[in-house]
Amino acid sequence: MAHNTVATADPADPADPAEQGDPADPAGPGGPGGPDGRPGPGKQGGRTARTSPSAGSAASLVRRIGFALAVAVLALLVLAALAPGLLTSVSPVETHPVEALTPPGAEHWFGTDQLGRDLFARVLHGARPSLLLGLGASVFAVIGGTALGLAAALGGRWADQVLMRLADVLLALPPILLALLAVTVLGTGSLNVMLAIAIAFVPGYARIVRAETLVVRRSGYVEAAVGLGLPRPLLIVRHVLPNAVGPMLVLATVGFGTALIAASGLSFLGLGPQPPSPEWGAMLSQGRRFLATAWWIGVFPGAAITAAALVVNVLGRRAQARFTRRTEA
Amino acid sequence: MTTTRPTAAATPAAVRQPAVRVLRAVLRRLLGAFAVLLGAATVAFAALQLIPGDPVTVMLGPGTAATPEVKAAIREQYGLDRSVPVQYVTYLGHLLTGDLGESFQLQRPVAELIGDQLGPTVRLGLAALALAVLLAVGAAVVTAGRRPALRALSSLAELLAVSSPSYWIGILLLTAFSFQLRIFPVAGDDGFAALVLPAVTLALPVAGMLAQVLREGLEAALGRPFALTARSRGLGSAAVVLRHALRHAAVPVVTLTGWLTGSLLGGAVLVESVFGRPGIGALTLQATTNKDLPLVIGLVLLSALVFVVISTLVDLLYLVIDPRLRNG
Repeated sequence: MAHNTVATADPADPADPAEQGDPADPAGPGGPGGPDGRPGPGKQGGRTARTSPSAGSAASLVRRIGFALAVAVLALLVLAALAPGLLTSVSPVETHPVEALTPPGAEHWFGTDQLGRDLFARVLHGARPSLLLGLGASVFAVIGGTALGLAAALGGRWADQVLMRLADVLLALPPILLALLAVTVLGTGSLNVMLAIAIAFVPGYARIVRAETLVVRRSGYVEAAVGLGLPRPLLIVRHVLPNAVGPMLVLATVGFGTALIAASGLSFLGLGPQPPSPEWGAMLSQGRRFLATAWWIGVFPGAAITAAALVVNVLGRRAQARFTRRTEA
Repeated sequence: MTTTRPTAAATPAAVRQPAVRVLRAVLRRLLGAFAVLLGAATVAFAALQLIPGDPVTVMLGPGTAATPEVKAAIREQYGLDRSVPVQYVTYLGHLLTGDLGESFQLQRPVAELIGDQLGPTVRLGLAALALAVLLAVGAAVVTAGRRPALRALSSLAELLAVSSPSYWIGILLLTAFSFQLRIFPVAGDDGFAALVLPAVTLALPVAGMLAQVLREGLEAALGRPFALTARSRGLGSAAVVLRHALRHAAVPVVTLTGWLTGSLLGGAVLVESVFGRPGIGALTLQATTNKDLPLVIGLVLLSALVFVVISTLVDLLYLVIDPRLRNG
């Protein structure tokens, strides 16, 4: 999803409405006036002058509460991913056929699944494999996007043409289909799911890095470094790279939520981690046949995915809004 | 449109003939569309070359013991004995005639398999699209520029919609309306009742995204001078939104058409799986699990075609709507 985002306006990241500039500005986070994004039509027009001071403070209070909540949930998720044993002493894989499909109660907070495994423990232990899928996909996508974006911007006209036309082509394909094509070629499993999702994200990230690199390359400090006789590889690593990846990294925070949803989607389709892994998508997939009698099997793992994506979206958009304001200031 | 014509006619010498410019702009877009399609076909061909191992063995499936003579015959039949460039040209030629190759697993032409499954997915996609647009426009018009509490509520709903995996929404709807309340059928593609839940599932995330973009656009448009002018002419705020602001807000939404097609097509894979519906998505999943590469590639090419046709049409539509783009 997010890679199309980057190509068009900025659909997946319509930041916080109150903090967003002109929504018609197609340059989005891709850098104002970057060669790819048409120059934005100035930021003044977008800001609406309708929010009264009191409304503003109420909205900012809501936003502050939302932010605090998001940070708390994120901390909980990270703790569950790093040390699930601290939150529950129940085993996520031990089966108790006698207790199969027990509804949620004092004994089992989230109920038990078809094999009598405690769902609460499974959801907590599922944080690691699930978040890892999204994180791995994002990391691969960021690495791939950086490498290809730099190569396109600095590798000469031919490399630029070939890589950017390839990005056009890949952006024409729905991300899920592209990921499924990759899984068909690579095979199933966690690592391949990460790679498949990353492939779907790379073209968008590469475009942003390319656009940003083209701007950075002509900046005063790079020209100064060239004048000082800095070798080219050192110049790229020390001066171009750190300044060109910012917008992509900000976008990648929101992209992490999308990657998480997409990755557990592939997992839900049975292409990711295999049982008995408590990965959330896989849990939903295995619990599907018991929905008629046990609603809780379908509710809690999905709620965990949504909570994770929601938190990442809230925090990512905030980062994005801040970043946009800073670069414009 | 009507306001721009006189200006264009007033300065005929300063600019080139408008008709020629429009024609050039149209040609440029068509050429771009063709280039993307050619690129997609090339990526598809490259993916076919990536199958690990001998394609004939893969095609025959595991466990079939074929003599080398049989394999050679198959290789010749599919042109696999020729050089890669020759295969590439042949492949492109076949694509032009609508020949997408043959499925490894099902031993039937890919185009035929896709054609058989197209109906249910098109129905699902159109129903979801209509629903999403309706929901998004409704939510945006009702909440844009209104009280903060209402806006915050709507923002939260949109955020929830874009953060929830569609397959989870589907499972929740299935649990509530099919298993508990027994209003809708659990699975299948049997009439209108079976279409409701899948269409809602597919529409919700799309509607959340559309509503966000639309509301931002509406609020930006309402802050522009023309909105104030309309308001000062005595128009009610509802009339300003519906008659003036909505059109401006629709522009960024139209650029989302490509993304929209992608999410409907991609979402269909998951939604059809949740609701046990037949269709393109179910076919894609089946092809992926069976490692049926020609079928997967046929489906990917189809979605590229749909995407390119739709975004080219939208681009051309822009040329009609916005005369400023004809120069670009």
